Amino acid sequence: MSIFVDEKNKILVQGATGHQGVFHISEMLNFGTNVVAGVTPGKGGQEIHGVPVFNSVSDAVGETGANTSLILVPARFAKDAVFEALNSNIKTVVVITENIPFHDAMEFVHYAKYKNAVLIGPNCPGIASPGKTKIGILPGSIFLKGNVGVASRSGTLTYEIVNSLSEKDMGQSTCVGLGGDPIIGTTFIDALEAFEKDKETKAMVLVGEIGGTAEEDAAEYITENINKPVFAFIAGRTAPPGKRMGHAGAIIARGKGTAESKIKAFEKAGVKLAQFPTDIADLVEESI
Amino acid sequence: MKLFEYRGKELFKKYGILVPNGKLVNSEKDFSNLRFPLVLKAQVPIGGRGKAGGIKLVDNKRQAKENLSKIIGMDIRGYKVNKVLAEEKASIKKELYLSISLDRTKRMPLIMASAEGGMDIESVPDGKIFKEWINPLIGIQPFNVRGIASKLNLSKEEVKGASKIISQIYKLFRDYDSELVEINPLIFTVDGSVMALDSKVIINDDAMFRHKDIIPEHVELTPLEKDAKEKGISFIQLDGNIGVIANGAGLTMATLDALTHFKGQGGVFLDLGGTDDPEKVKQAFELMKKAKPKVIFLNLFGGITKCDTVAKGVKAVITREGIDCPVITRIKGMNEDIAKNILKDAGLITATTLQDAAEQSSDLAKGGR
Repeated sequence: MSIFVDEKNKILVQGATGHQGVFHISEMLNFGTNVVAGVTPGKGGQEIHGVPVFNSVSDAVGETGANTSLILVPARFAKDAVFEALNSNIKTVVVITENIPFHDAMEFVHYAKYKNAVLIGPNCPGIASPGKTKIGILPGSIFLKGNVGVASRSGTLTYEIVNSLSEKDMGQSTCVGLGGDPIIGTTFIDALEAFEKDKETKAMVLVGEIGGTAEEDAAEYITENINKPVFAFIAGRTAPPGKRMGHAGAIIARGKGTAESKIKAFEKAGVKLAQFPTDIADLVEESI
Repeated sequence: MKLFEYRGKELFKKYGILVPNGKLVNSEKDFSNLRFPLVLKAQVPIGGRGKAGGIKLVDNKRQAKENLSKIIGMDIRGYKVNKVLAEEKASIKKELYLSISLDRTKRMPLIMASAEGGMDIESVPDGKIFKEWINPLIGIQPFNVRGIASKLNLSKEEVKGASKIISQIYKLFRDYDSELVEINPLIFTVDGSVMALDSKVIINDDAMFRHKDIIPEHVELTPLEKDAKEKGISFIQLDGNIGVIANGAGLTMATLDALTHFKGQGGVFLDLGGTDDPEKVKQAFELMKKAKPKVIFLNLFGGITKCDTVAKGVKAVITREGIDCPVITRIKGMNEDIAKNILKDAGLITATTLQDAAEQSSDLAKGGR
């Protein structure tokens, strides 16, 4: 098993014909992902690495039976693209696009809930279940199939941590990038709940950062609902209040969102915290 | 993007929310159409200006002139005052707090109101703050407005006035893609009108493309940060003397944290993101040099972005433009060995682990600028 995605996901890529689309369709195919369609309005009829491109999501779903969409369209068109996917009954939407206005994100996150769909992101690297599928822009080379579940608010930092796990032969069940924006569809709690149920997952790694209270909420959820061991790293211990540290969501505002508060909450919930990112692998190794 | 108070109030006026009669003032003659007593208010993008002496009540032209010259040019927590708003003093009967912000957990706009206006909302006990969440798919409804307005201990007439303001600021919040719209205090005057005495409006940077009427000022940024923003580089100035360049916001933050562990202090946060475009790398280094760090710490993890391509870009910049401080590098991931050789060749120090690199950078940077 794995969480959220596996070999049954048939992926269509919205924004397939752009530079990113063309490159990542090839990367995903190399990973073994079942990419069945591309969608770019007005560019239907082309093929990208053998994948047919359609003018609309409904055409693509009708022709290929796609059930999952990867959103790579520019920020100002992203809301329309997500709505289009959800409206065609796509049940898993992964939004990579960065800089989407968060009022747009609020709308599509709530619409996804209404349609009972899983929405991952926005501003995330995607999701990978090694040996099964990779939906997004995560580098395929870092993964190894195994039993550690990873959920993270950042991109490169996650690759670093996953890579250090793989180097120590600790593979991953699923690695999900939740996204660096203040408004995201899938949260730590959603990932924790799924990992707890997943037979393949033996331990979980959370990569958090300053801003919001997602880690504090997760800590509370862990205390009440999680029995598997949880490890965490929090970035931004030295970030000053009021500064947006690269991610739109990484800001200490109105006294909320400090690393200190998150670390405290995790410690209270029995989560083991790493001082440096790659220490996570040592901590997991010691415990399993 | 934070708006200055006077610009927030211009938006309020557009939405039919009363604000005191006032204008920006530069010299004595600007006071001629205003009725004393006046309140002079320094325009800065941060709170706490009253305590810092940035707000003064004046009774006549002489006092106004005297205080204006004191406020203009004043430094309030790092921000130089260039603009002063003069407003006619209102006769306050009652003060409320009202705001709409973003509830990240519920992923909804959150309206907060309190009868304890005029105070810092963080110091108001939770039981005295009333909250109402708005589902973004249906927008604000009359029951939401009633839910808030009915709890504020207001007379029937006052409820009417407050309700109108709540609906209007939600409209503004939504129309202008705001992160925050705050009125503190919202007042009832002695003659019964409702008025916003202050304004705090933050507009989502990512939505600026659909608000061409808002001039992007970015008053909260330093000149170098503004320059970086125009170039599309994620660059933040901090208090320390070590310039950090990494790829990815999370990794850049983690790198700054590692420095602190070894008693070093980051002076610049520079996130290269997913780029290996030599032109972007060049611009990034140029910005970094302008910030004059004592040491530069380059921390890269290569995944999709290959280490050697970034390294080549770095080497090209350094060979061509030169660099006058030590550069410690730590490279991991795709093609790291090739990258390390390129960087060594460029005369940079290559460390193996993050800890090692952070310790070396911190040691080199000790002793201040």
